[in-house]
Amino acid sequence: MELLTNQILAGIATGAIYACMALAVVMIYQAIDHLNFAQGEMAMFSTFVAWQLMQWGVPYWGAFIITLAFSFAGGVVIERALFKPLAKAPILTHVAGFIALYAIINSVAGLTWDFTIKQFPSPFGSSPFLGSQLISTHQAGMIGVTLVLLVLLYLFFQYTRIGLAMRAAATMPESARLVGINTSWMIALGWGMAAAIGSIAGMLIAPVVFLEPNMMGGVLIYGFAAAVLGGLTSPFGAVVGGFLVGIFENLAGTYIPGVGNELKLPIALALIITVLVVKPNGLFGRAIVKRV
Amino acid sequence: MSAAEDVATDHAAVAAVPKKALALGPAASLVILLLLIATPLFVKNFIIFQMTMWLIYAIAVLALNILTGGSGQFSLGQSAFYALGAYTSAILMEHFNVNYVLTLPVSGAVCFLAGYLFGKPALRLSGIYLALATFALATAMPQLLKLGVFEHWTGGVQGLVVTKPDAPFALPMSQDMWLYYFTLAISIGIYLASVNLLRSRSGRAMMAIRDNEIAASAMGVDVALYKTLAFGVSAGITGVAGGLGAIAVQFVAPDGYTITLAIALFLGMVVGGVGWLPGSLAGSAFIVFVPNIAEGISKGLSGAVFGIILIVIIFVVPHGARQVAYGAQHLIGKLRRN
Repeated sequence: MELLTNQILAGIATGAIYACMALAVVMIYQAIDHLNFAQGEMAMFSTFVAWQLMQWGVPYWGAFIITLAFSFAGGVVIERALFKPLAKAPILTHVAGFIALYAIINSVAGLTWDFTIKQFPSPFGSSPFLGSQLISTHQAGMIGVTLVLLVLLYLFFQYTRIGLAMRAAATMPESARLVGINTSWMIALGWGMAAAIGSIAGMLIAPVVFLEPNMMGGVLIYGFAAAVLGGLTSPFGAVVGGFLVGIFENLAGTYIPGVGNELKLPIALALIITVLVVKPNGLFGRAIVKRV
Repeated sequence: MSAAEDVATDHAAVAAVPKKALALGPAASLVILLLLIATPLFVKNFIIFQMTMWLIYAIAVLALNILTGGSGQFSLGQSAFYALGAYTSAILMEHFNVNYVLTLPVSGAVCFLAGYLFGKPALRLSGIYLALATFALATAMPQLLKLGVFEHWTGGVQGLVVTKPDAPFALPMSQDMWLYYFTLAISIGIYLASVNLLRSRSGRAMMAIRDNEIAASAMGVDVALYKTLAFGVSAGITGVAGGLGAIAVQFVAPDGYTITLAIALFLGMVVGGVGWLPGSLAGSAFIVFVPNIAEGISKGLSGAVFGIILIVIIFVVPHGARQVAYGAQHLIGKLRRN
């Protein structure tokens, strides 16, 4: 019994990582109605910027704020320069664009900061949390930040004019334009916010998985699995999905013989397929009706 | 917001391609075929080997083209089917001593089944989500191949070594050259079959789904059947390409079939022009030869060079090689009239 509770606790701790990434994935979907493959790479790049700033002697929170601003600006610039001209293009072109972005960011980061693993500091320290050996203060802090982020986003989208405008621009661009919303800039804003959330996720994840250009690969897949499980249209579902996926991963590793670290990605794949077959809208998602 | 109001009108998945624009005219086809037959007689063995790989990737790109250009579904998971085909051939050849020619249909059948089964859950997804789910498939594949359970058959991390076949009937040609002509014959067969498939009733059904899924189902097209079938056919052809690849490279290992391969195949399709089958040759040439050029420009930045070339293509020639070919044809027609 103690093993079970311990494993669930450890699962919640790893789940926070996935919840963070899933939140970023779903938020972008809400804002721009597209799913950005390069999301993980953009987060990785932002984290490297934060690391570089700290190497130059900027204190943690200073670097944190500068990185947020940089990521937001970067997201807006990428949208304006690359994806605004492609707004009317078929989805295939967008996928190709995301892949190009992925390759470019990964390659540039690799060349600038090379592929060796780097330590990234945690603002919360890494001592045991409330005397528990399984969950460190950093992991507890990560869970806290994820939840705070979720509440802030909920308040932003539900109770501010600009949040409402962004939702309108994403769900019904034509009608939104008719009531005077600048939908084009709303999308740019969505990209900026997505990049900023991604950078927070990156900076929280980096102390756990260590900083290197390929650090986001597995995390993005698990984040996607979490988003699918929670329902792609629900930020709350994404966070719940993230924690569930973390717990599931830990329990499978403990109780199913032969499942170890080497099966990490196949488990995520199996999870995605199972959810899609059994409950395609996820736990909290809405069914989307399509028009001819 | 109630569920009933939650109505979305989607962008098209891919730009519609007219059915007439699927294949080349007879004259152009003949010229290309003659070039493909004659070139190996005048070049070194290593270049023949590279040309073999070019044809093999062209088959894989063509398979993706049937899936995306034909039925409008994305896949970033083609490397998984390619790996499955390669391993099926290698295991049959090395553990069961099956003749290499006979392993290819088996690879194709195994991959057809795998693709058909994967197509079932994939029905729930469209557009970019399908791309992500197949992306997960591609990243999971190398780990599955490394599994201890299958190690006796797959050779684990080390992989398997495959013996290269000799030319049959005591033909006076090198192994490389024989393999090239063997691959060429199979490529031509697959190309003709694919063109016919897309021109048939099934092909028209797939294209109707690509252009408007709901309208197609209203016209009586069995959307689920044709979508999974497209996945199966595409995976089957990719499996044959994978089997040929294993024979040509003489080696299979899990790390040869990573997501990089899947992305390369996807790029090949975009470069060649989505839905234009002859473009697969151009796209495959891009993925076989351009990485060398990109590395020549800058070793560390080859990924960035690749990405920038891709962005230039999206912006300047969104229809890839098809647009270039048609532009050239137009130009030649103009010059003739003058």
